[in-house]
Amino acid sequence: MKLIFEKSKPGRRAGSLPRYELPKADVPEELRRRTPPRLPEISEPDLVRHFTALADRNFGVDTGFYPLGSCTMKHNPRVNERVVSLPGFRDLHPYQEEEASQGALELMWRLQEILAEVCGLHAVSLQPAAGSQGELTGLMLMRVYFADRGEADQRRVVMTADTAHGTNPASVAMAGFELQRVGTDDRGNLDLADLRAKVDERTAGLMLTNPSTLGLFDEHIEEVSAIFHDAGALLYYDGANLNAVCGISRPGDMGFDIVHINLHKTFSQPHGGGGPGGGPIAVRDVLEPFLPVPAIVRESDAFRLDYDRPQTIGKVRGFCGPFGVFVRSYAFIRSYGPGLREMSEAAVLNANYLLARLKDVYDLPFDRLCMHEFVLSARNLKRVHGITALDVAKRLMDYGVHPPTIYFPLIVPEALMIEPTETEAKETLDAFVDALRAIAAEAASAPAIIRDAPHRRPVRRLDEVKAAKRAVVKYGFEQHPDLGQAPAEGKAVEVQKGA
Amino acid sequence: MGYLSLTDADREAMLAAVGVASVDELFRDIPEGVRFRRELDLEPALSEPELVAHLSELAARNVDAGKELSFLGAGIYDHYVPAVVDAVLSRGEFLTAYTPYQPEMSQGVLQAIFEYQTVICELTGMDVSNASGYDGTTVAADACFVAKHATGRERVVLCETLNPQVRQVVKTYAPGFGLEVVEVPHHGGVTDPDELREASADAACVIFQQPNFFGCLEPAPDLAAAANDAGALPVAHADLASLGVLEAPGAYGCALAIGEGQSAGNYQAYGGPHYGFIAARSDFIRRMPGRIVGETTDLRGERGYVLTLQTREQHIRREKATSNITTNQTLLALAGLVHLSWLGPQGLRELGETCMALGEYAKDRLGLPLVFPEQTTFKEFAVRVGRSAKEVVREARAGGVHPGYALGRDYAGLDDALLVAVTEKRTPAEIDRLADVLGEVTR
Repeated sequence: MKLIFEKSKPGRRAGSLPRYELPKADVPEELRRRTPPRLPEISEPDLVRHFTALADRNFGVDTGFYPLGSCTMKHNPRVNERVVSLPGFRDLHPYQEEEASQGALELMWRLQEILAEVCGLHAVSLQPAAGSQGELTGLMLMRVYFADRGEADQRRVVMTADTAHGTNPASVAMAGFELQRVGTDDRGNLDLADLRAKVDERTAGLMLTNPSTLGLFDEHIEEVSAIFHDAGALLYYDGANLNAVCGISRPGDMGFDIVHINLHKTFSQPHGGGGPGGGPIAVRDVLEPFLPVPAIVRESDAFRLDYDRPQTIGKVRGFCGPFGVFVRSYAFIRSYGPGLREMSEAAVLNANYLLARLKDVYDLPFDRLCMHEFVLSARNLKRVHGITALDVAKRLMDYGVHPPTIYFPLIVPEALMIEPTETEAKETLDAFVDALRAIAAEAASAPAIIRDAPHRRPVRRLDEVKAAKRAVVKYGFEQHPDLGQAPAEGKAVEVQKGA
Repeated sequence: MGYLSLTDADREAMLAAVGVASVDELFRDIPEGVRFRRELDLEPALSEPELVAHLSELAARNVDAGKELSFLGAGIYDHYVPAVVDAVLSRGEFLTAYTPYQPEMSQGVLQAIFEYQTVICELTGMDVSNASGYDGTTVAADACFVAKHATGRERVVLCETLNPQVRQVVKTYAPGFGLEVVEVPHHGGVTDPDELREASADAACVIFQQPNFFGCLEPAPDLAAAANDAGALPVAHADLASLGVLEAPGAYGCALAIGEGQSAGNYQAYGGPHYGFIAARSDFIRRMPGRIVGETTDLRGERGYVLTLQTREQHIRREKATSNITTNQTLLALAGLVHLSWLGPQGLRELGETCMALGEYAKDRLGLPLVFPEQTTFKEFAVRVGRSAKEVVREARAGGVHPGYALGRDYAGLDDALLVAVTEKRTPAEIDRLADVLGEVTR
């Protein structure tokens, strides 16, 4: 399909703006733009058709089943889009006076209260823009917490599980801590012996996802918590998998001191093809003084922004955070009320049902009941038929399903990480089971059709190695290369896709 | 209640397939001591009509741009968002898709990001743009991280005329990055290139804003040259809405260009979600944070798009990654692409010229002393109101007009200064009304 620039023709335009009979203002010569930017020149009808054609070449939860593990691709309620578009939210300036923003402030305050209750913790900052920024913010809190206790130079090490999302170690490095990895035992729990050997007076904390990226609840979470707290360290909860445990088990009760919540996962902010998200953090009372400013506080019947927090880490994002995301998530939670528990129950039931119906055809590395997601392995298909997890993923596309996360977590070879979410019907799950079972059968009977998959998408399998080698990252206009002339690189990239 | 699809019969059949007697049994691996045994203390569930009524009531307690004539800016602006933006963003295939890890499922969003990257590079004069950052503050921290690793230096220089929130976010990130932050004061509303050159010795980068927080046009080419002289990477924090009339940062020697994208395609939305953009010269392509889309071909040789250069990223490189960013702001960046395509090069230039012309009209009509009378301004300018600007804001609002942003909040000695923003949506008649109201409250 043509790029919008290739549909451009000089002199065409879509937009019209008001014109006033005013003198033109001067821009000093040396600051004035010399060459006009080559923005598309396109009429509005063709503009709409272009983006409609692009939408047609994309697949969302609205299109079909999207069991991308650790991404919680649930239905995005349309009423949330309606309320976020109310002018009182959409057209509100962030520097509007507090007395003229009371509805926005109250909504944020209410969301903070809800998240504190769901997490079992004391205080919430909504400011971080996404889960990974919540992680970084949480680690900054750890740093100032230990600095406040005079232990800044001593507490240098943060541990992550070998099943952790890549963001965990990346955040540890960005926050200036040293990274130490902890292993997984043969039931998929954190390896307690490894932990005990590594935790000492240099330990600042642990970052953990629970249930883990294997979809398993850590059976020793109380011991894990005791090991860290006895050593004077803190526990950080990566909330990517909170959808499993709302109203069932709270991170604060598990012993976690800092939690980030992915509003775009558990609380239905649509993911928008890559964002926006929201990554609020909830903390235990000892960490509250260090939270980002402004805090949103209630004073009798009024709400206000409190910047007077002498021990704050500062700001991690503009204003109060991604407000529109808060509106959607607040609306989502209010549509469940205390019944959020039923949301998590359905998510866990859906996952266990899929697991029960698939574990005889794909390998299950840890044979336990799962939580909201589970990890299968295609290693036997690879060994016997040369069919990889990547091939299975590509073939699933032909069955009208978005593939699960693959090659993650890293400790499972040929991993297929499947998260159905609570919003899917049994018929959808059954169709997915049928597709994965059919693919396993095709691996024996017709492996070529899998290796060449997908066959029914707008493009066939794409050459990712060529993309990385050529690094064509923008349109080159007259000088745009023709990559069709470049030789294929061929070799498939078997790396993490998803999570 | 909620958005669930299972019937009681489904549930029974599924529990039987799993081999457990109850839903509760599914949670048997959770230790008893951490089981939550009461109901969540949340208000009762609302039906959809009740939900809309409740949120409408909250929204009604906000004074939005439709209810009050407003000249607030200071980083977030009341630009017109065309109807095609709403139409495109409401398509579920964009709205409800995840990050395009599986390219064959995601050609629409991947091509859109590739087009967005191209537009950002065209506007900024850079070679590579990522798929977006969180907002105009965090991309500044990202730029510092790039600069630190590219230069091996551990100081960053921020101009005092850089948006105060941007500076605050950089300062929050700096200790973790092992960076020291130095600020350079302004003189008469702009930065002095010689002073900047001196401050830039041994610095990794210099970040200045064009137009700056006061709306003043910095001597940007001279600032970039001053940074380059000192071996520091010049980073321009730019406003996309200005780049039809103002020179592209890449054309005057900047290494990186960053900024808040809200001006292009995003509603004010009480501060977010919006998008930040970050673009760089090709030298820094492998140090860029976040997602980047690249072109390739499929096995038939047909053109297609994929996430690329992923060995920079957290999910591949983990603690060695160039950033921890995962979720970005793709949908908001798509809005920017649609808006900028709707405008085209001519429309973007007209937008900038209209903002500037209305700004000059406003300066003239207000008749208040300019704080920085020597400077050319874009879209925004500072005036002296003769007493506390905060009080003037309060009184003008009582007269039905929000006159702007009180600068004393961020700058010592500017308690009597008001920052007035004029976008293409403000009419001369509205500016006349501002002049009347300000005339009354400053008399």
